Amino acid sequence: MTALGRLFGAEGFLGFPGFLAGSLAVGVTSGAQFTEVFRGAFKAVHPGEIEAAIACGMGRALRFRRIVAPLTLRHALPGLGNVWQVVLKESALVSITGVAELLRQTQVAAGSTGLPFDFYIVAGAIYLIISTGSSLFLRQAEKHFSRGVRRG
Amino acid sequence: MDWQFLGETFVSLVSAIPLTLQLAATSIALGAALALAIALCRLSGITVLEWFARIYVFIFRGTPLLVQIFLIYYGLGQFPEVRHSILWPFLREPYWCAVLALTMNTAAYASEIIRGGLLSVPFGQVEAARACGMPRFMQFRRIIMPLAIRQALPAYSNEMISMVKATSLASIITLMEVTGVAARIISETYRAIEVFIVAGAIYLAINFLLTRLVYLVEYWLSPHLRQPVPHFPATATSVLEGDAR
Repeated sequence: MTALGRLFGAEGFLGFPGFLAGSLAVGVTSGAQFTEVFRGAFKAVHPGEIEAAIACGMGRALRFRRIVAPLTLRHALPGLGNVWQVVLKESALVSITGVAELLRQTQVAAGSTGLPFDFYIVAGAIYLIISTGSSLFLRQAEKHFSRGVRRG
Repeated sequence: MDWQFLGETFVSLVSAIPLTLQLAATSIALGAALALAIALCRLSGITVLEWFARIYVFIFRGTPLLVQIFLIYYGLGQFPEVRHSILWPFLREPYWCAVLALTMNTAAYASEIIRGGLLSVPFGQVEAARACGMPRFMQFRRIIMPLAIRQALPAYSNEMISMVKATSLASIITLMEVTGVAARIISETYRAIEVFIVAGAIYLAINFLLTRLVYLVEYWLSPHLRQPVPHFPATATSVLEGDAR
């Protein structure tokens, strides 16, 4: 960052705000995982559906918006849930850059009270609650969006 | 690019590779054993063991590894009972804390992978083993386990790779593995990009070798899936030379 600043004639040390750096880092890595999820989901779209859309005379954009994107999203939903769980836990790593998120606050509290075990247990429990809650929500969403699919 | 600085950084980071590998290898090995035990608990059909395995996996998969490391390294020292127990010489060392946290974390993920592998063994194979008169343990050792390992290996290689990357978290509890040394060099030189590029390249190399190794094991474990070696009928000369008759 400092090197980039030099190019534009800035003097001294330049740095990202911690939050931006953290969300960029987590965003870039999870973006790679999302890519794979979407690629798999796109491949799961039946060619017949796209063919049918072409046969109806839909243009490329319309076809993407009405047929491909909704179907891809439905297939991608379980994978998206997995990546979300991973990202949730990766977000704890941002605490290292000094952003006051859950784990950082826990560290501060543990340091100032001298009760690390209590605080870390509670932090773990909060992460558990968030991940369980969101997985329940995702399961509902999955059920909702695949109601048009016959099972077994 | 300052190649000389990159070279110097590389040399000082290489000296930290053994610790990274040691952390990864120890925790993967211990974690695999623990994972097998947990997977067997989960499949045992005994309610208490099954619920123990479920809760274990739920807790360790649901919380960040960093929280687990902190909980073990900083948290356990809070209790005088722990500080005065015979385990304290171990739990005092950041190395063993990191190994413990990594092991317990990987065991949770790996137990699910192994469970999937064990469940994927076709029942016909087990039935055939039973029909041959194998006792339960031998069935497990000769039939179920090899098939399950073969099935679970690709997923398990993912887990191993993420374990290698997870060892970088041990730098936070003062261990001087690759990331730890990289952080120290950065605090001395303020050249974060170069140092982290070298550190990243080292992890990339380790993981590349690891994936190749797993491919090799996979190849070795699946002779039935390989293309058959083309078999050329013996020519006249080789029949004459050979002593097949």
